[in-house]
Amino acid sequence: MLGEAKCLELLAAALDECDCDQSEAILVAQNSALTRFADSAIHQNVAETDAMISVRAVLGKKIGVAGGNQLDEGSVREVSQRAFELARVSADDAHFVSLPGPKPIPPVQSFAQATADCGPDERAQVAHAIAAVAEKQGCRASGSLAAESAEIAVANSLGVRAYTPVTEATLITVVADDDSSGYAEWRGTNVADMDAAHVAEVATRKCVDGRGAEAIEPGEYAVILEPPAVGDMLFMLAYMGMGALAFQEGRSFMCDRIGEKIAGDNITVWDDATDPRQLAWAFDWEGVPRQKVTIIENGVARGPVYDSYTAHKEGKESTGHAFPAPNTFGPAPTRLFLGTGDSSVEEMIASTDRGILVTRFHYTNIVHEKHTIFTGMTRDGTFLIENGKVSKPVKNLRFTQSILEALSDVEMIGREGHLVEYAWVPALKIGKFAFTS
Amino acid sequence: MRDLAARAVQRARAAGATYADARAVVSRTQEINTKNGAPEGLSDSTDQGIGIRVIAEGAWGFASTASPREEAVDEAAELAVRIARASATLSAGGVELAPQDPCRAEWSADYESDPFSVPLEKKLALLLDADKRMRDVPGVRVAAGEMTFVREEKSFASSEGAEIVQARLQSGAGIHAMAEGNGEVQRRSYPASHGGGNANRGYEFVETMDLPANARRVAQEAVALLSADPCPAKVTTLILDGGQLALQVHESCGHPTELDRVFGTERSFAGTSFLTTDKLNELRYGSDVVNLYADATIPGALGSFGYDDEGVPAARVDLVKAGTFSGYLSSRETAARLGIESGGAMRASGWSRTPIIRMTNINLAPGDSSLEKMIRETDDGIYAVTNKSWSIDDLRLNFQFATEIGWEIRNGELGRMLRNVTYQGVTPDFWGGCDAIAGEDEWYPWGLLNCGKGEPMQVMWVGHGVAPARFREVRVGVGADED
Repeated sequence: MLGEAKCLELLAAALDECDCDQSEAILVAQNSALTRFADSAIHQNVAETDAMISVRAVLGKKIGVAGGNQLDEGSVREVSQRAFELARVSADDAHFVSLPGPKPIPPVQSFAQATADCGPDERAQVAHAIAAVAEKQGCRASGSLAAESAEIAVANSLGVRAYTPVTEATLITVVADDDSSGYAEWRGTNVADMDAAHVAEVATRKCVDGRGAEAIEPGEYAVILEPPAVGDMLFMLAYMGMGALAFQEGRSFMCDRIGEKIAGDNITVWDDATDPRQLAWAFDWEGVPRQKVTIIENGVARGPVYDSYTAHKEGKESTGHAFPAPNTFGPAPTRLFLGTGDSSVEEMIASTDRGILVTRFHYTNIVHEKHTIFTGMTRDGTFLIENGKVSKPVKNLRFTQSILEALSDVEMIGREGHLVEYAWVPALKIGKFAFTS
Repeated sequence: MRDLAARAVQRARAAGATYADARAVVSRTQEINTKNGAPEGLSDSTDQGIGIRVIAEGAWGFASTASPREEAVDEAAELAVRIARASATLSAGGVELAPQDPCRAEWSADYESDPFSVPLEKKLALLLDADKRMRDVPGVRVAAGEMTFVREEKSFASSEGAEIVQARLQSGAGIHAMAEGNGEVQRRSYPASHGGGNANRGYEFVETMDLPANARRVAQEAVALLSADPCPAKVTTLILDGGQLALQVHESCGHPTELDRVFGTERSFAGTSFLTTDKLNELRYGSDVVNLYADATIPGALGSFGYDDEGVPAARVDLVKAGTFSGYLSSRETAARLGIESGGAMRASGWSRTPIIRMTNINLAPGDSSLEKMIRETDDGIYAVTNKSWSIDDLRLNFQFATEIGWEIRNGELGRMLRNVTYQGVTPDFWGGCDAIAGEDEWYPWGLLNCGKGEPMQVMWVGHGVAPARFREVRVGVGADED
């Protein structure tokens, strides 16, 4: 660990070297490790130590960004000078107003020493534990455990000074045999909170229950989406226009619909990186404190998230959703929530005459962004529900479905949220979902 | 960096590795983006580090560091050995590598004009010229352009005695126009979507694209798509242009022939493959005209190199011969399991990543037809151009693609423009319906920048040489348009 003082000292040196109207510097110093296993054996086991320093130089309305991964004095100076030179030869961006000024950044808990200390022996023990659970049922375990720690610091010439250490641990597993497979995952700041045996048991049970899957006819079915599928769908919706750049360019599904009903009364979606249920992170890549932003409230479109550039275009303030410059994608939510309800998955199944229970999706992609249509496959646990019970496993299906139509037809919502990818979401029961092959 | 690689290998051996290799990489990347008459992003970044891969107690370990200090490299080498020993506690048996004579060589990609020596103002002016021409077309909401240049120097050393130095220069550029209205968002790109055209060549590659000359057409097509008819839902004949066919080859041939997927080591992330080893030289993958092969030796193609990241010389490997599945992309470890030589497909996206099996240039051999002839021979069909989106299942069988634009084919001629063209299929059925492929003069090595695989994620640059091809009995118009 470099520590806060050293990180901010390096950034101050970078800013000092940049003889511009405004300047910004970002530093990331990270240690990452990941153990992969397949067929109950570790086949890949890696560790990485890296750093990144990036400088955004502003001359009037001309901007240049340079970066490097060496933190010695000469390298930092060279990065600053290169950023200045890029800005000097660039052309004006008429929409640029200013880098953001400083704001108080409320602290959040984003670091756990146990994750930073999670070494190869600890990771191997987790792989052992998962393999043992799978093998008891005649299955084999695949998956990965990643443990990452980083220090992130942002400073600019207007007085922004932000620093945070962060950690993240992620366990995914697919338990499989020759006929079936099941999936489960866990993600969090503190690897000590992880219950690897529970993850293994969920995936193994899915695998066992999935044996002997039969093909069924595609068509419209009621569907119960478990949290991994809901999280995938929510991030696909975010990709289709929850950021201000997409909104300003007219490609967001929320364009001309702010204040209108776009989903069911029971659907509320917000982004909040300060919520401890998420992988918390106090500020964005411009050093702006991350705000809670409600994007869809009781089915009504409320608006996108902003960085300083898109906010200035509308005379607003950044909501703290910037990515590192230069960023052609624009701001985006990264810590999404979908409001919970009062049902359990078991109650959803019991209420369904005929439908499909989906564990997760695979390889989703956009088909029509304005209509929020996406396609993808089911994977690692797809089951038919008949007369209120899971009647049999079924082979994977392709769907092509409008997300907002699905969110307008949500009949039941899980009472428990789960962190999947970077979304805190419950299970959903949806009245109709279009499976196309 | 060459000395550091040798030092890392020695240190790993001293720490107990029975095999070690190291890659020291120095790279520089310049990216230029424009949008609506202004620069949207100008960046220039450098990166360097070393990755050390070892076998100890019969298992793999890998550690990497950005630091060029000798002590940091020593620590990384020792960490790699400790990691391997942890791997050995849950091992499938000792790792065996297919034999490989250690190479001592230098290789560099040819180019004419170093893009890093071309003034930034000149590159920016080219993009802004194309940008203005796109915005001159009424109805264009967003005009955008991009250029990406990469210089990479890599030193490889192994405990078997290999010493290889490679240098690569990559250039790429593209433009796109976006129009919005009538509840539609429509884009047209040139020369390709998702990063434009890319090659292991110099700035001359960008100049041959002539972006400004194509800007007006691209913009006009984006606007026209807003009022074009939707793709009809039916089963019909489909002709794919090279840009879309490159993605089709990528997803339905490139990924399933990766032997690590076949052996299950990607199961929990990207999935496995329907091309299991019992199907080798048995399965009818496609029709008789379908010949697919990997070739990392094509000059200038984006997936070309001199040696892979295990030190295996670049090679050509048949994957499908006259419609029959016939080979894999392989590494030394997977090749040993199959009793073959490595096909030289181990690649890492950078010094911080361990090599995994990746596509090189995965190509569809040219046929004896032409785009003009294929259209002329088609009574009813769709000509689909430029990839828009893609999705395929975890076995690489069930896929759905969308293209930016299409045209109806009626009685041997192109007819009305179609928007939101989608098609769906199952890999062997789809390639089984391929009845014509355009000839060598229409064959082009497309370069893709965004192939994702592995954990931690590695985004790789790959190539796909293809000519337009025709497919019979394809389901089109799946769920994209609600008119």
